[in-house]
Amino acid sequence: MSETSNANSFSIDGQRIPFTPGQTILQAALAAGVYIPHLCHHPELKPHGSCKLCTVIVNGRNGSACTQMAMPGIEVENNSPTLNDRRRVLLQMLFVEGNHFCPGCEKSGNCQLQALAYDLEMLAPHFRHAYPVRPIDTTHPDVWLDLNRCIMCELCVRASRDIDGKNVFALAGRGVDSHIVVNSPSGRLGDSALSIDDAAVHVCPVGAIMVKRVGYAVPIGERQFDEQPISRQVDYLATRHIPIVPVAATEER
Amino acid sequence: MNAPMNPRKLRITTTSLSGCFGCHMSFLDIDERLLELAALVEFDRSPITDIKHCSQHCDLALVEGGVCNAENVHVLRELRANAKILVAFGACAVNGGLPAQRNHLDVGKCLSQVYRTPDGSATAIPDDPELPLLLDKVYPVNEVVRVDYFLPGCPPSADTIWKFLTDLLTGRTPRIEHPLLKFD
Repeated sequence: MSETSNANSFSIDGQRIPFTPGQTILQAALAAGVYIPHLCHHPELKPHGSCKLCTVIVNGRNGSACTQMAMPGIEVENNSPTLNDRRRVLLQMLFVEGNHFCPGCEKSGNCQLQALAYDLEMLAPHFRHAYPVRPIDTTHPDVWLDLNRCIMCELCVRASRDIDGKNVFALAGRGVDSHIVVNSPSGRLGDSALSIDDAAVHVCPVGAIMVKRVGYAVPIGERQFDEQPISRQVDYLATRHIPIVPVAATEER
Repeated sequence: MNAPMNPRKLRITTTSLSGCFGCHMSFLDIDERLLELAALVEFDRSPITDIKHCSQHCDLALVEGGVCNAENVHVLRELRANAKILVAFGACAVNGGLPAQRNHLDVGKCLSQVYRTPDGSATAIPDDPELPLLLDKVYPVNEVVRVDYFLPGCPPSADTIWKFLTDLLTGRTPRIEHPLLKFD
């Protein structure tokens, strides 16, 4: 347990945040109960810094809270209209870049992309929709992959590599052609080493990697982000484990 | 300045383009609040009134559904030309929704697949001149005309619609947030 002192604390929007050396700004913030919007971060995986939703202003300069180390005395701007406007634009670009149709998606209500859009009051995607043509892979007996909903956060890539030790997923292509590929001779999920118990299956923040035959198990009203917006679920965000079992689906709440 | 004793009723026009009328059903779901609303507004062109064309100077247009064919474009432009405020009403109007699931398919192939004869030897695609031509894709309303407000949801709940309308009618900037803001 660290003592709260000026040497081991910094400020977010004027609020004093204690930290232990080695913690990132995001880790320290979540531990202190302060919410910073984020998509590609998971407490059990190495930071990636790709979604940029957690961009904060540190001593006047932009930085990703998930990769930037907490340092004594730094002043972080987080929950400001300017930053939230930028975050909303990032979300809107993610929405038009893929095919995100919430009404028919099993992940709806448990989806972090959707929860962030609610929390930042994103009413519409604003930009022209790309409606990309992306494949769905249902060759695996227990898991299906819908790249229409993929936001390329690479959480599955990291989980498969660092937790499962299987390297099932990777990111291929550049720019607008970037996409997740499956490591198997045929390129299909059914021929890969993926199994339903893998962390990579349960880490997806959106509805891209889904377990078969369990869709819509949790009724509307009891899903992860139905009752409380994501910004009020800092404890959950800071302490969630893989596999991510929706809180509402467990016995105790 | 004193407010006029009998302020003019606001004129609302509504339509369902490439939609399922679910948003209109949800609108009716405001139940007894409809009476309150009826004291403040009157309906112009709408499936509720069955008026075929909207009159000039409508105050508010609620557009349900995306834009999937030429008739949708005509209707949408008529509403935009005559309404002060146009609202993309529901998920399909916001991002194309369910009908936009055809957007990754070729319209020609789609039609020939659906209308081919049972033995597959020929197609009989309906070509009655009264039928509007399909667009290549289903478009959200804001990709065809300017939109003033978006009201997402499939459908937006009655409470969401009521919050939006009461905000607007009382001169506030409509604000839809948790728990009223839903995409599903």
